[in-house]
Amino acid sequence: MTAVSPALAATREAFGPTLIRLAKEGLPIVVVDADLGASTTARKFRDEYPDRFFSVGIAEQNMIGISCGLAAAGKVAFCSTFGVFLPGRCFDQIRVSVAQTGLNVKMVASHGGISVGEDGISAQSIEDLAIICSLPGVWVIVPADVEEARQAIETAARTPGPFYIRTGRPKIPVIYDDTYRFQLGKAHLLRPGSDVTVIALGIMVHRALDAATALEQEGIDCRVLNMATLRPLDEEAIVAAARETGAIVTAEEHLIHSGMAAMVSQVVGSKCPVPMGAVGMRDQYAESGRWEELLEKYHLTAEEIVRQVKEVMARKQGARSDGRSG
Amino acid sequence: MVTTDTIDELTATAKRIRRSIITMLTEAGGGHPGGSLSAVEILCALYFDVLQHDPKRPDWPDRDRFILSKGHAVPVLYATLAEAGYLPVEELMTLRKLGSRLQGHSKINTVPGIEMSAGSLGQGLSYGIGQLLAGRLDGRDFRVYCLLGDGECQEGQTWESFMCAPFHQLDRLVAIIDRNGVQNDWFVNETMEIDPLDAKLAAFGWHVISVDGHDLRQLLDALEEAKGVTGRPTAIIAKTVKGKGVSFMENNPAWHGKAPSAEQMEQALAEIGE
Ligand SMILES: Cc1ncc(C[n+]2csc(CCOP(=O)(O)OP(=O)(O)O)c2C)c(N)n1
Repeated sequence: MTAVSPALAATREAFGPTLIRLAKEGLPIVVVDADLGASTTARKFRDEYPDRFFSVGIAEQNMIGISCGLAAAGKVAFCSTFGVFLPGRCFDQIRVSVAQTGLNVKMVASHGGISVGEDGISAQSIEDLAIICSLPGVWVIVPADVEEARQAIETAARTPGPFYIRTGRPKIPVIYDDTYRFQLGKAHLLRPGSDVTVIALGIMVHRALDAATALEQEGIDCRVLNMATLRPLDEEAIVAAARETGAIVTAEEHLIHSGMAAMVSQVVGSKCPVPMGAVGMRDQYAESGRWEELLEKYHLTAEEIVRQVKEVMARKQGARSDGRSG
Repeated sequence: MVTTDTIDELTATAKRIRRSIITMLTEAGGGHPGGSLSAVEILCALYFDVLQHDPKRPDWPDRDRFILSKGHAVPVLYATLAEAGYLPVEELMTLRKLGSRLQGHSKINTVPGIEMSAGSLGQGLSYGIGQLLAGRLDGRDFRVYCLLGDGECQEGQTWESFMCAPFHQLDRLVAIIDRNGVQNDWFVNETMEIDPLDAKLAAFGWHVISVDGHDLRQLLDALEEAKGVTGRPTAIIAKTVKGKGVSFMENNPAWHGKAPSAEQMEQALAEIGE
């Protein structure tokens, strides 16, 4: 179930085809798009259901309002554009009309993170999770591969209320096969371990698995959790990881000061403090470049996870020996 | 009066800019050819005849400002700036590469001559209004030229700024709309029509001029006319062809945001000519 297969796919590829499948099964799916349907893959839905696909043009704020109206009238309203515009361009509309109403609006933001690549920083979304997670009452999901993306989209469609799902542009390793069962609100234990836990998100999950394999060679038993549901956080899994492994490293394609690192720290700090490290973007924007080059340059790599794991383990051991001598 | 010599020179410059756009995008392996090629004559007219500017002093406070609101078309701006002497032509080949100054969408304080960051559509005209309000406070008489896409006119903020500029009687402002009829996914009129754009802008208080955006003489005449307008801003609706100059790109939504292959580059360069 968790064997890493060599297949590659982008998480965004799940979007259009999954909606078509769900519409065929009878769900009242409608799609509102803001002129990026080819990139998000929403346009595939238009090809099958032209009368249930609405393009508002380049007008993201209007997209949210129209989705709300459709949702209130009983539709399962999906809307989508890039992660930099959704939620960035329409935050107030989401806040008042989606979060504060609890309407059945499913926001699917593609091109998350810096792996957007050459388009540069206006298109690289490293703040979207902070913005959307600031809102009460919105489920936030970042799938780790295309299979999880399919299941997350289906779960969102079948679960009433607001959702935000972040997908990605590049083709990345497929981690899960169809025997996997995505569970909303639950971190998925991809690899057991007792020395340290890496909590990863999205594109960083397969890198966390690579890091764990490398660490195994050095005798370090690394737990890997896929925190696919970022809001609300699976606090139970985090506290168990802190208690059972005594050290945590988070890994995300987002700013750490406002991303998963901050959110996990808040849980760990208040419930079970242990040494922590964070892999992610550090208080800066990236630049144009090929996506693999960018992940390398900005240290979103398995090597960086390994480095930080060793650092937190040293701190953990330091704390223990301090405890013994004191 | 625009002389025939001027037009001949600009026509030759436009060809070089088109060639640069094609080669730099091919080398980059990505980017936006369609909306870059449609705006070539507009930038040519501005940079080589209309703008008061000095490539040696990109921060001269009295320079006219050109603001590219449709930031994805930055290849046409880089190519024009190179042609004008703001950066070496060879540097165009670094577009979109790691470590390059030539970012995939325009970014302020990277290449000299880039006035503002862009990439999230709908924001450039507001910035231009701000520049002019400051200029008025400081008693400076520079002018601001802002290029918008027609798809971009679907953004709400565009209409907020369309409303604001006439209110402030910003007669040193010229908004040029690259009316190529195509946006990202499809044709503008089948996505979310913006016409009658001329009547809408006129109703908002703009002086509106419609031109063929590939006819340099018409563009220069319109830009000259704008200089004489007082008490309100001017909008030039430039009817263009997306992908202009390359047959397989022309008016084809598929060429909004992808780079030509090496073979396609050869064909494109042959069509554009020397
Ligand atoms: C706010 C925002 N939404 C979406 C996009 C993605 N996008 C980039 S270019 C483009 C189409 C632009 O069409 P148009 O303004 O007509 O430009 P042109 O055809 O001249 O290239 C879109 C939707 C964006 N850059 N900004």
